[in-house]
Amino acid sequence: MTAFLARLLGRLPIGYLQLTHHPGRLLAALAGIAFANVLVFVQLGLAGSMAESVAIPYRLFQPDLLIVSPAESQTLSDAATLPRQRLFQALVHPDVTGGTPIYVGRATWISGHEASSSIQFFGLAPDAGPFFHDALAAPLISLSLSDMALVDTLTRFVDMRSFTDATPEAPVPFEMQNRQLGAVGTVSIGGGFGGDGVFLVSDQTFFHLFPQRSSSTPSHILLALAPGAESGRVAAELAQLYPSDTVRIRPVAQAMDQEVRYQMTERPTGLIFAFGVAIGVVVGIVIAYQVLSADVADHIREYATFKAMGFRQGFFVGIILEEAIILAAIGFWPGLAFSQLFYESLAYLTNIPIFMTPERAVAVFIGTIIACALSGILAMRKLAAAQPADLF
Amino acid sequence: MANTAIAVRDLNHFFGEGEARKQAMFDVNLIVERGSLTILMGPSGSGKTTLLTLMGCLRAVQTGSVRLLGHDLFDADEATRTVMRRRLGFIFQAHNLHESLTARQNVVMGLQVHGRGDRTRHAKAADHLLRLVGLGERLDYLPANLSGGQKQRVAIARALVSNPDIIFADEPTAALDKVSGLAAVRLFKDLGSAHGTTTVMVTHDPRILDMADRIVTLEDGRIVEDRRGSLPRNGPTAPE
Repeated sequence: MTAFLARLLGRLPIGYLQLTHHPGRLLAALAGIAFANVLVFVQLGLAGSMAESVAIPYRLFQPDLLIVSPAESQTLSDAATLPRQRLFQALVHPDVTGGTPIYVGRATWISGHEASSSIQFFGLAPDAGPFFHDALAAPLISLSLSDMALVDTLTRFVDMRSFTDATPEAPVPFEMQNRQLGAVGTVSIGGGFGGDGVFLVSDQTFFHLFPQRSSSTPSHILLALAPGAESGRVAAELAQLYPSDTVRIRPVAQAMDQEVRYQMTERPTGLIFAFGVAIGVVVGIVIAYQVLSADVADHIREYATFKAMGFRQGFFVGIILEEAIILAAIGFWPGLAFSQLFYESLAYLTNIPIFMTPERAVAVFIGTIIACALSGILAMRKLAAAQPADLF
Repeated sequence: MANTAIAVRDLNHFFGEGEARKQAMFDVNLIVERGSLTILMGPSGSGKTTLLTLMGCLRAVQTGSVRLLGHDLFDADEATRTVMRRRLGFIFQAHNLHESLTARQNVVMGLQVHGRGDRTRHAKAADHLLRLVGLGERLDYLPANLSGGQKQRVAIARALVSNPDIIFADEPTAALDKVSGLAAVRLFKDLGSAHGTTTVMVTHDPRILDMADRIVTLEDGRIVEDRRGSLPRNGPTAPE
């Protein structure tokens, strides 16, 4: 390693040799860097999990435009209702080929033994298969029978194994909202942070479960456009059809992005995760600074000697940055390994969609390098104490 | 002047500011010939170390003049003094070896200050110097595994490896036994004869006084005695 670094740097790798000269201290430093990495990874993982759980329901939809009420229009699950009349109005546009309403409600599922889960229900027209993900088209037909449901195998706090064999021919019975329901199939969506699971039912079953809701006031309206129609243009033209401020109409992808951004930047949970990331970065910088500044202090006489010999400031900057990069590059990997273990444990325990992405790993690696380099730059101030004249 | 390595003229130096300001050097004048071995002596606080650091570009000259290898150090900024120091070799009483580097690597640093070079050539040069000071069997030893005398010999090798024009040494033989001490000073003398290397040394080691070309004694920041050894005696040197 010394020869490799010497070839790379064009000089003796003083930083590497200093760090490895005290293995115990190096291990403690690496543990500190790894700990900071875990802090950042955990917060990023939770934030990413929240974004993913927000996005998953949107991915059930095939069509191009989503119409929602302008009130409470930021989230899919908490949307206010809007008149179904808006659907019929939209159908007059020549580029709108079809539309379907969606009804969203929430109910508590008490499955015995004091276990309860908050379930989000999507009420859909059973013949609206083309508006949804291809994999849903056939199962949706089986919802035509009253009080049938597609249940979420990733529902928290409930043992869903008994539902895995559910079919339209042999529905698995369960009870919710004081009604006997039958599971005719399963989906794998997961509840994320807003609930514990997502069940799909027909619109008619939805009204049985939520009798206060009316078919004339859906939560959302999905519109499919003619091939080649530009969704932004059609959305703008449709907006002209409606009285001002009565609907909010956006492409589905845009609605998803905006909700993710809303959840991440305006809701308390997203801000908490952002603070968590910031705290992790600060902890990392402080740990790296402590290690590097202590190292500078320990070698102050050697640095003063090098100054006396005629080494320039750039040489010392190089040593400290070398140490910073080595600490970051080595400390990152145990942090990554522990974080992966944490993700897998949390996903297993909570069913939230938390997983390591290559983009996140690379971003944290680069961030670690930058944070350690920044710590090194701060630690360089101690170099001023290296006075060669004091050596005599 | 061509034979002059160091010319000190009317040198005064102060430490501290305001009421705490204290004068450490008083109108010091000294000419050091190229290739000579000069010993600075004097009691503690006499100013010999201050004079050494001023001549060695380790402190800024405040008043008076220090010409080093033809360059006036008055008003020289830190960058200029840093470049000048590359032509010098320093040997500290506390050796100041880098604890993480082997004996060979410590000596190689004396060459790397001049920039990237052939690593093999650097290693060979370091090995040669270390053998010259009797450490051929300790090339890959860390300082922690060397005795005090061995560390000092590594420090001597580090100072000499880049063939400096002037060597500034502070008690270089204090940690050495008689044989090693005499050998080290003989090495300085030989370098002076062969390459014109000048040596200025602070020492109280009576074993090596006889080998000096000149012994300058300071007291209270002033030169009080200037004795010549193998060089012709002419009393305290006046600047040209």
